[in-house]
Amino acid sequence: MAAHAHKVKRYRGLMDWLTTVDHKKIGILYLMAGGLFFLVGGLEAVMIRIQLIKPMNDFVGADTFNELITMHGTTMIFLAAMPLLFALMNAVIPLQIGARDVAFPFLNSLGFWTFFFGGVLLNISWFAGNVPDAGWTSYVPLAGPTYNSGHGVDYYVLGLQIAGIGTLLGGINFMATIINMRAPGMSFMRMPMFTWTIFITSALIVFAFPVLTVGLVALMFDRLFQANFFETANGGSSVLWEHVFWVFGHPEVYILILPAFGIISEVVSTFARKRLFGYSSMVFATVLIAFLGFMVWAHHMFTTGLGPVANGLFSIATMLIAVPTGVKIFNWLFTLWGGSICFTAASLFAIGFIPTFVMGGVTGVMLAVAPADYQYHDSYFVVAHFHYVIVGGLVFGIFSGLHYWWPKMFGRMLNEGLGKLTFWTFFIGFHLTFFVQHFLGLLGMPRRVWTYLPNQDFDTMNLVSTIGAFLMGVGTICFLINVVVTSAKARNAKADAWEDGRSLEWTIPSPPPEYNFKQLPLVRGYDAWWKEKMEGKSAMTPAEPPGPIHMPSPSILPFIMSVGLFIAGFGFMYDKLYLAIGGIAVTLICMFFRSVFDDHGFHIEEDEQEKGVHA
Amino acid sequence: MKRLIPLLAGMAFLLSACGRDDLSTLKPQGPVAEEQFNLMKLSISIMTLVVVVVFAICIYVLIRFRRRKGDNTIPKQVEGNHKLEIIWTVIPLILLLILGVPTINTVFGLSKDYSKDKDALQVKVTAHQYWWEFEYPEYGIVTAQELVVPTGKKVSFELASADVKHSFWIPSIGGKMDTNTGVTNRMYLEFPKEGIFRGKCAELCGPSHSLMDFKAKAVDQASFDRWVAAMKSPAVVPEDAKIKEAFESKCLSCHAVGETNSGASAPNLTGVGSRETIGGILYNDEKPIEDNLKEWITDPQSVKPGATMPSAKDVGLTDEELDGISKYLANYKIDY
Repeated sequence: MAAHAHKVKRYRGLMDWLTTVDHKKIGILYLMAGGLFFLVGGLEAVMIRIQLIKPMNDFVGADTFNELITMHGTTMIFLAAMPLLFALMNAVIPLQIGARDVAFPFLNSLGFWTFFFGGVLLNISWFAGNVPDAGWTSYVPLAGPTYNSGHGVDYYVLGLQIAGIGTLLGGINFMATIINMRAPGMSFMRMPMFTWTIFITSALIVFAFPVLTVGLVALMFDRLFQANFFETANGGSSVLWEHVFWVFGHPEVYILILPAFGIISEVVSTFARKRLFGYSSMVFATVLIAFLGFMVWAHHMFTTGLGPVANGLFSIATMLIAVPTGVKIFNWLFTLWGGSICFTAASLFAIGFIPTFVMGGVTGVMLAVAPADYQYHDSYFVVAHFHYVIVGGLVFGIFSGLHYWWPKMFGRMLNEGLGKLTFWTFFIGFHLTFFVQHFLGLLGMPRRVWTYLPNQDFDTMNLVSTIGAFLMGVGTICFLINVVVTSAKARNAKADAWEDGRSLEWTIPSPPPEYNFKQLPLVRGYDAWWKEKMEGKSAMTPAEPPGPIHMPSPSILPFIMSVGLFIAGFGFMYDKLYLAIGGIAVTLICMFFRSVFDDHGFHIEEDEQEKGVHA
Repeated sequence: MKRLIPLLAGMAFLLSACGRDDLSTLKPQGPVAEEQFNLMKLSISIMTLVVVVVFAICIYVLIRFRRRKGDNTIPKQVEGNHKLEIIWTVIPLILLLILGVPTINTVFGLSKDYSKDKDALQVKVTAHQYWWEFEYPEYGIVTAQELVVPTGKKVSFELASADVKHSFWIPSIGGKMDTNTGVTNRMYLEFPKEGIFRGKCAELCGPSHSLMDFKAKAVDQASFDRWVAAMKSPAVVPEDAKIKEAFESKCLSCHAVGETNSGASAPNLTGVGSRETIGGILYNDEKPIEDNLKEWITDPQSVKPGATMPSAKDVGLTDEELDGISKYLANYKIDY
């Protein structure tokens, strides 16, 4: 056993969480961090709605309001929605494809910590008294140095660059994982739908995030070093920023929603006890949506003045996305058709998703009609639309996924009663909040207004909207109570927790041991586990003999590297050169150590493999 | 179903109020908004059809195929159905074709350039943090916050911004167009009906973005000609010499009246007494105009946070001067 004699490194307590490279623990870290930022963003949303509860309200001032909307949007998109998706990706993807970990466990940890410190940097702005206030889109010149001379937008620019590194690393990692680490027999067309959507999402991240980074770097140069990328007075172009932002920003929308499509596909087919209807057309639709997603960015700019040819082309291209999306909707409906539908909290969120997302989708097609968009654009109609797709789509998807995979992640079933309460309060609150906003927009209420004059017929609907927002808050609190209550219960979830599981994650204990699969499974078809169950088997056929399992070593380096970037961020912002250099140096030194000293990981011997395995 | 309750509630709101005639996109007051409203109606009808079909299937499926207690049968595992899949690919394509053709038509129709048209009125719109400047190059007139246009003529706008990006929007007359920095945009609108229409800034432009309202006043051609003549006649100045001195030294350093101070960086005040509002949001029919003026001049920041106009204290206006100037401006009316 000499070949396996590397030292086994293990840490306990806090140190274990700071150094872990285990995808399951990183998933939990993403869940906690993303959940925290979700609460922060939610609180900001509630404050926005309180301010708008009546005309000429003075709950917060104009400046604070602009800070709130900017931070609400930025936090929810980059620091809540994406990390929560990464939480599910990390928790589920390696299990679904029958792998022991992701392709690059060290990178996985680095991705989490850069995201986390980027997010913390962004939110420290509240305490520094310089909060970004140019909207989550940060259009120049409003976000440029001339009209935004404080450090607010610097926090946005630097925080998102650091957090963006994490997202990009995650995208690369999951692409590599899904391409290389599938269990024997799992061809691409046997992958579960969630794995497919994460694969495509990762590709989108890899192509779209560098664009954002380039834009942010250019804006940073404008702000910190007096460059003129976007300064029209010196020959720059402010419309260029809009293009750069939306070339990233539109694919970002699909980065968010495709994983939700994947979750819904899994949940719907599990709780209907039926194979996903039209699997191959679902895969094709996903790829097509992703491809078209890169072709439509200028529909965010119909009123920028690009001219009729551009507006016409982008109108049609945008409408086309409705076709593959429609295919998905009908495939879900026909997965349910003829099934045996069981209503759990997870399936309620998935079922609630379908009509809600359709409503968000059809308003999307309405927005694609450029001349009509001249009326909708930057009005509350748009606010209603994107909350229907992001909350009604993505957040419902995340809630569904969390209820569904919670037993797999933690070994405990969430309380069904509280889960259903969460669903109904959140669902009703959501529609109450956002349905009326369509009409507010049509009646002439622009978005991002910190107050509005009376006598414009806006009052009642704004009141309704605010009441809805409180109800959504109640829903979220129900979920939190559920988490607390559940964490006190016994860890007794079965391997196949819902009994109708179809994919590989349901073949291993809940929660899985650190090496996931004692023996890698042999995949004999789509819905690998369902297929075995239907043939009367109680376990997967192993594809390899039992033996020692190779594991990656934990490492504190990703944490320190991210702290270095975090410090450097402050250095750049406040013109402290020594901090900037010092911070970057910390990161580079860590990279040096990582490159020079090989770490071969360790092995878990056969006799140790049963230790610490539950159920 | 419970999910229908908010929907019905929303519909009820919609029926009870389609909004104000001078503000709502659902009550178009000109051909441009009318055309856009027609496209909205077309797309809403198609989309309602889609939503109804999906909801119907969804509700049917949920009721018909719910798991009964003790039912442990395994449903038939269906892979797919080519016929169905082709149907729900082709039908949406047809629906999009129905929507796409008029879309392209209108995109090109609404982008017609009337800037060289002799029969159209030319207006240069310059957006400032947080007010609107309207220049009539054919007449050599500049005004602010209140766009005056004749009915029956096409109005060709040239739009730009003096600082950050704004967006020019008169919902009941037509959709919006952004005012960018460094490049100009063009659009046209028509105002067939006489009336005062509410305009708004639709792009986040700073703290007072939400208060950056303006008015568009459509009048008949004869009134419009009278307005032009009045705007071009020599400026009326305060009668009291002391007030005149204060007004010229403390206000006209940025503002302008008549031909005085043509390169003004602040709103032109010619005929400000006959405008509907002060600062775009203090309505003169809700409070006497003189009070509105005093409120505004005393501390513009408290009315519009972030406004660049200094307060009365900052420019050293005495109470007497404040009263005198407010009175003068309130009575500076033009008849048209």
